[in-house]
Amino acid sequence: MNWLRPAVVGLAVRSKLAGIGEATRLFFQLIALAGATFGRLRLVVDQMFFIGNRSLSIISVSGLFVGFVLALQGYYTLQRYGSAEAVGLLVALSLVRELGPVVTALLFAGRAGTSLTAEIGLMKAGEQLVAMEMMAVDPVKRVLAPRFWGGIVAMPLLAAVFSAVGILGGWLVAVVMIGIDAGSFWSQMQGGVDVWADVGNGIVKSVVFGFTVTFIALLQGFGCKPTPEGVAQATTRTVVMASLSVLALDFVLTAMMFSI
Amino acid sequence: MQKSRHDVWVGLFVLIGAAAIVFLALRAGNLLNLNFGETYTVVARFDNIGGLKPRAAVKSAGVVVGRVESITFDGKTFQARVQMQLEKNVAFPKDSIAKILTAGLLGEQYIGLEPGVDEKVLVANDTIKQTQDAVVLENLISQFLYSKAAEPAPAAGSGAKK
Repeated sequence: MNWLRPAVVGLAVRSKLAGIGEATRLFFQLIALAGATFGRLRLVVDQMFFIGNRSLSIISVSGLFVGFVLALQGYYTLQRYGSAEAVGLLVALSLVRELGPVVTALLFAGRAGTSLTAEIGLMKAGEQLVAMEMMAVDPVKRVLAPRFWGGIVAMPLLAAVFSAVGILGGWLVAVVMIGIDAGSFWSQMQGGVDVWADVGNGIVKSVVFGFTVTFIALLQGFGCKPTPEGVAQATTRTVVMASLSVLALDFVLTAMMFSI
Repeated sequence: MQKSRHDVWVGLFVLIGAAAIVFLALRAGNLLNLNFGETYTVVARFDNIGGLKPRAAVKSAGVVVGRVESITFDGKTFQARVQMQLEKNVAFPKDSIAKILTAGLLGEQYIGLEPGVDEKVLVANDTIKQTQDAVVLENLISQFLYSKAAEPAPAAGSGAKK
């Protein structure tokens, strides 16, 4: 019963608390650096290129196929009730409210989050971060903050692209392939999707997920052990933690936004 | 500001993202049909609003002329107080009737306005006097069952009279 000894429990609690404290401190540091970061827009633009542009292909292809599948599945169910035209509404609502932000965040964690963690972890392992500090350059300000804000700007845009491409994919399957009337496809969608309650809340969700995924990726990279195994573990933890946080946060946000 | 070789591509990315948001707002969400024009508020009281929700459409002759703004419970009259915003360019007579109708068999509920014949028109903060409640399916069924139970069975009834 080694783990029951007070000293062991105390050490575990203390180190966990220290970890939470460090994470919170880093988070507020990054938030406070917003002004300074956007003052050097070139750094943010470069990060947005690596985080955003490079993710555009996987996001749009996934969006297209998710739209295809939603339209097919929705059609098979809805046509039993004689309301196949509502498939446009089904595709649009599921994409804009849930799948757009969530699937984009999961892909974003896999595509951009891992590369952020690995990059910063390797910088740490190569003692580049220490070298920066020696030259009186704050690595949080120079390395982490541009990546953080670049990710936060890129994520809602990617989610919007995902939803838009998904709706076009749904249109391709429902209207072009199955032959549902195009007019009622769009009008049902427009009748049921509310700009503020659905599209707006979807964007709010994707911003929150952008914060979550980017921050977890940076935190793992910044706090990893500076060894090859440490970087590998941190990269894995980024994907696991970011995905779980996104799914849990999504439940909380949905309960808050759409419960009434 | 220094130029970066990524500027063009990031600019394109931001433009694509913005275009996607605009597409979602206009094509899927129909932002253009939202009324940003001026409106005026009228109030109607219903004994039962059924499943009416805020932001439901107010239609007259099938055309959307406004939206439900808020629904509150009036503790004095025990009625639902529905506040709705009508477009400024449409004016309804004072004795118009507000009905809660359902789109299709299971569709969303909306308010139908039937114009009356009064010379005077509704102005801001007026109350629509004549209203018709939502049809509650359970009440309909129980009415039907009671009326069935009340009328005597055909064979037994005719036998009793003779």
